[in-house]
Amino acid sequence: MSQDGPTPLERFINGILPENPVYRQILGMCPTLAVTNSMEGALTMAGAVAFVLICSNVLISLIRGLLKPHLRILVFTLTIATFVTIADRVLAAYMYEMSKQLGPYVPLIIVNCIIICRCEVCASKQGLRAALTDAVGQALGFTLGLASIATVREILGSGTWFGRWLGWRVIPEAAPQHWSPWVVMVLPPGAFITLGLLMGAVNWFAARKAK
Amino acid sequence: MDAATQKPENVASAPVAVAPAIHIAPAPHLFGGVLTTRRMMVDVLLALVPVLVASLWMFRLYTVLQLAICMVSALVAETVFTKMRGRRPTLGDGSAVVTGAILAFSLPATAPWYVGFIGAFVAIGLGKIVFGGLGQNIFNPAMVGRAFVLIAFPVAMGASAYVAPTAGLDGLTQATPLTALKMLGQSTGLLPLFLGTTNGSLGETSALACLIGGLYLCARRTASWEIPAAAILAVAAISGLLGVLGPRTGWTLFHDLSGGAFLFGAFYIATDPVSSPLTPKGKWMFGAGFGALVMLIRRMSGYPEGVMFAVLIMNALVPLINRWAIPTPVGGPVPVKKTA
Repeated sequence: MSQDGPTPLERFINGILPENPVYRQILGMCPTLAVTNSMEGALTMAGAVAFVLICSNVLISLIRGLLKPHLRILVFTLTIATFVTIADRVLAAYMYEMSKQLGPYVPLIIVNCIIICRCEVCASKQGLRAALTDAVGQALGFTLGLASIATVREILGSGTWFGRWLGWRVIPEAAPQHWSPWVVMVLPPGAFITLGLLMGAVNWFAARKAK
Repeated sequence: MDAATQKPENVASAPVAVAPAIHIAPAPHLFGGVLTTRRMMVDVLLALVPVLVASLWMFRLYTVLQLAICMVSALVAETVFTKMRGRRPTLGDGSAVVTGAILAFSLPATAPWYVGFIGAFVAIGLGKIVFGGLGQNIFNPAMVGRAFVLIAFPVAMGASAYVAPTAGLDGLTQATPLTALKMLGQSTGLLPLFLGTTNGSLGETSALACLIGGLYLCARRTASWEIPAAAILAVAAISGLLGVLGPRTGWTLFHDLSGGAFLFGAFYIATDPVSSPLTPKGKWMFGAGFGALVMLIRRMSGYPEGVMFAVLIMNALVPLINRWAIPTPVGGPVPVKKTA
């Protein structure tokens, strides 16, 4: 089974751009839209998703011989929920402010379709190496998607980049008659607009490359 | 429709009614070589002249400044975005100028430069070009741009932005009539509201100017008279009913009609042929819904005025209205074919 289909290296590369979870598979939209108004939130979310994705992919791959077809989704969900609980508690213990800011979106990683999708299409059928590289590639792709949206939203919405962690100010503060941050970019509509425009840009580049 | 938006002249000179089927295409509908996009847009600009005069009288150079910023930005945006899509530039049809003008007339006089600039780019880009250009847009582009800058720059666009005591104009020292009514319970006299000697967005203050321009638009058939008529009837009915149920001192249905941006919206914005329904019946529904939403937002929400949101909400309902308002052909309804 592991002989046909992409090699582990191809799986790794596919996850980053050709099958990017955000821009190509359009999975995991809930955190993508909800936590990307600052780079800190986006990267913390991406880190938590990466942890859960890699751990559950590895574990599912290890126990794939024991899976019963009619119970597999249940096993996936329980596995994911275990790691999500670990991630949630670790965040609450060591990054309390960030945990408060992300709020329900950390527990909601359980229903993040990227993870269950990778468990279903890859980890439950492939060996450890393929499952691991696949998970790492997808996690990097998700990080890239979140970071790109958060970059646009934080720079336009607050004028900063990593404003809280590093305090980098991209657009200098100006009097209101000269310039003002776009509040809409911090709010949910900004997430939809940014996602749509960036997805359009990605499709445009992909179409140009295909020619 | 794509070809029609690109080359209106060619389509206009083509023979009418080639196919016998009822053909419903997105507006503007071109026929007989008379009604071209450019003629309609020039008509709208001519109809805006009374509004411009009233605005110049009231806000002086601020009007010129905002109009210049918005119209130039809209033209630049149109050029840039059509180029990005690899289309022929469509500056000649005048739609970008009209979008810029409507946007400028809906801004506060002292709005900073970037409000009109970004508003125009969003109006043309997100309001029109992403849908495929003129004739394909679901929402009124100018109102999309205004909604964006309203949410993006609440300080520069909110109710407090209209009051600028340091600007050196008498009109800008008082709150807008609808804000004064909502926040302070103060009524404004009917004559100032009608003539436009009150504060407000650049184009909205004078009901008289909007009526003159609007009647010209309706007489030229550039705007469908059904939409403003239905909107005025709806606002008059709702405001009259509310006046009977809970009268406000010095505020009647005529104040509701001539105050705020209602007449400007009813004549210039809601009648945009692209984003309004196709049939007369649908236009009545559209106008009535628009008027009802304006009154709902004015009385029940935190915003003093609701023309922009009313137009956008009704734009979203247009496909549904079009489905409800399919006309019955002469000779009875077309029998529905049963699909086995």
